[in-house]
Amino acid sequence: MFRAALFSLALIFSWTCASMAGNKNIIQIKGSDTMVNLGQAWAEKYMEINPQEFVAVTGGGSGTGISSLISGTCDIAETSRSMKKEEIKLAEDRGVEPLEHTVALDGIAVVVNPRNPVDKLTLEELRGIFMGAIKNWKEVGGEDKKIVILSREVNSGTHVFFKEHVLRRGNEKGPEEFAPNALLMPSSQAIADEVAQNSNSIGYYGMGYISPKQKPIAVAKDEKSGYVSPDIQNVISGKYPISRPLFLYTNGQAQGLVRNFLDFVLSKEGQEIVLATDFVPIKK
Amino acid sequence: MRKFKEFIIAKLILACGLASILFVLLIFLFLLKEGFAVFKTVSPAKFLFGKSWYPISEPAQLGILPLILGSLMVTLGAAVISIPIGVGCAVYIAEAAPLKIKEILKGGIELLAAIPSVVLGFIGMITLVPLVKNVFHLPTGLTALSGSIMLAFMAMPTIVSIAEDALYSVPKTYKEGALALGATHWQAIYRVMLPAASSGILAAVMLGIGRVIGETMAVMMITGNAAVMPHSLLQPVRTLTATIAAEMGEAVVGSQHYFALFAIGIVLFVISFVINVSADLFLHRKR
Repeated sequence: MFRAALFSLALIFSWTCASMAGNKNIIQIKGSDTMVNLGQAWAEKYMEINPQEFVAVTGGGSGTGISSLISGTCDIAETSRSMKKEEIKLAEDRGVEPLEHTVALDGIAVVVNPRNPVDKLTLEELRGIFMGAIKNWKEVGGEDKKIVILSREVNSGTHVFFKEHVLRRGNEKGPEEFAPNALLMPSSQAIADEVAQNSNSIGYYGMGYISPKQKPIAVAKDEKSGYVSPDIQNVISGKYPISRPLFLYTNGQAQGLVRNFLDFVLSKEGQEIVLATDFVPIKK
Repeated sequence: MRKFKEFIIAKLILACGLASILFVLLIFLFLLKEGFAVFKTVSPAKFLFGKSWYPISEPAQLGILPLILGSLMVTLGAAVISIPIGVGCAVYIAEAAPLKIKEILKGGIELLAAIPSVVLGFIGMITLVPLVKNVFHLPTGLTALSGSIMLAFMAMPTIVSIAEDALYSVPKTYKEGALALGATHWQAIYRVMLPAASSGILAAVMLGIGRVIGETMAVMMITGNAAVMPHSLLQPVRTLTATIAAEMGEAVVGSQHYFALFAIGIVLFVISFVINVSADLFLHRKR
């Protein structure tokens, strides 16, 4: 009995060693939850074309991806925001040279429950709602109900982007903050679920998450300009005011496998996948 | 040769024993080292009693009072729900239940302990959260109360099994004496058994609470995580544990935010240490 156990242990051990040694063709990609489906789609197609290579994609948030790139536990970081100065400095201290590649665009959709009569808001109204100045739906033409603000956790690139571009009007160092009573949800899916079941709530997420259970809000830059709904045409043309670039970060100039993968992502085929996963391809 | 073998084995076991203590010590030292760095920039009073938590702003506001109160509130709610039910259940199992029911109940409670907290959180999110919202006519059901109810489920197995053990360890003669003096079964339980087992029951409660305050995943999913000063159970709260779990992934290693999260770890460590030590004291008071 003991011998059998020892033998199987040895077998498992040698097998693990063997598989670890055989993992030279693996690319580790980590980062933004917004991009995890996109990364997965790229990886699947890429592995179809290059069957001897393996691409592993995991989420966790833009910050998680950057931390992993800095500590060397991934080859490519997917991020929905640019790296912060302190992160770049930390990377350089560790001998990592992060290089930014813009690979797609994403519109941030503001969504409410389909039962909510409100279907359009100005950026100024959005700012008021998410900062807690506008507390009741009737102030923006809805029913007499308290607004429940849904935001992402601070490890989300979407959270940071929304704060800097809607709350702070593009001034990254502004003093504005989300209202303290905003609910911080652990994932975009959690926001989608809560909006679907709560008619008082308002939340935001990447356009790719829009489903019939939530109603996207048409947004206007100000009262004079028209209301624009979040769809692919409006993001490409730049009419929709809340859109952002999505990045891949590599350590230094990409080489070998990572270069191949990056070329694939930027190729026509790669950009078609962007469109198929409800993101917006970058202009060529 | 045999003596030598004995000697080696004895030393190996000793090393195993020491290793666990060493690990605890190392963890504690690491926590202290990383956590205390935050006090270079924020005073301890401001950290513990500051009312706003905006860790990634510039300048960052690192006040964890809302988080501490959030944790305490959820824990208190869970205690209020789980202690009477848990102790009642233990009394029933130890004193009143027929053998068959006893077996079923014990199995069920062990099963409850085996459910992963993320599953409980998920079930809570789908069933409990809308229920709480509709029953209390709240704008949202992601509240401290939802967290308390779900955590009460998690504390129950600990409370029941330890309290039950405590009741069993009361000498049979106590109960027999009470019955012989003419007490009814309930009088014997209430006047004799419960007081005799009180230290063990208190320990059970403490350990249950210790479990609750350290719980992360379920509370993160159903308490809403808004870092406001909590005024009632019917409002969203953010707990210490959920803060660490949600933000550690983002925190830039070596930044103020990173150190602040470790300092939160110290606060949590101190709280659960106090709870565990007092549980231990209650448990050994009699002996």
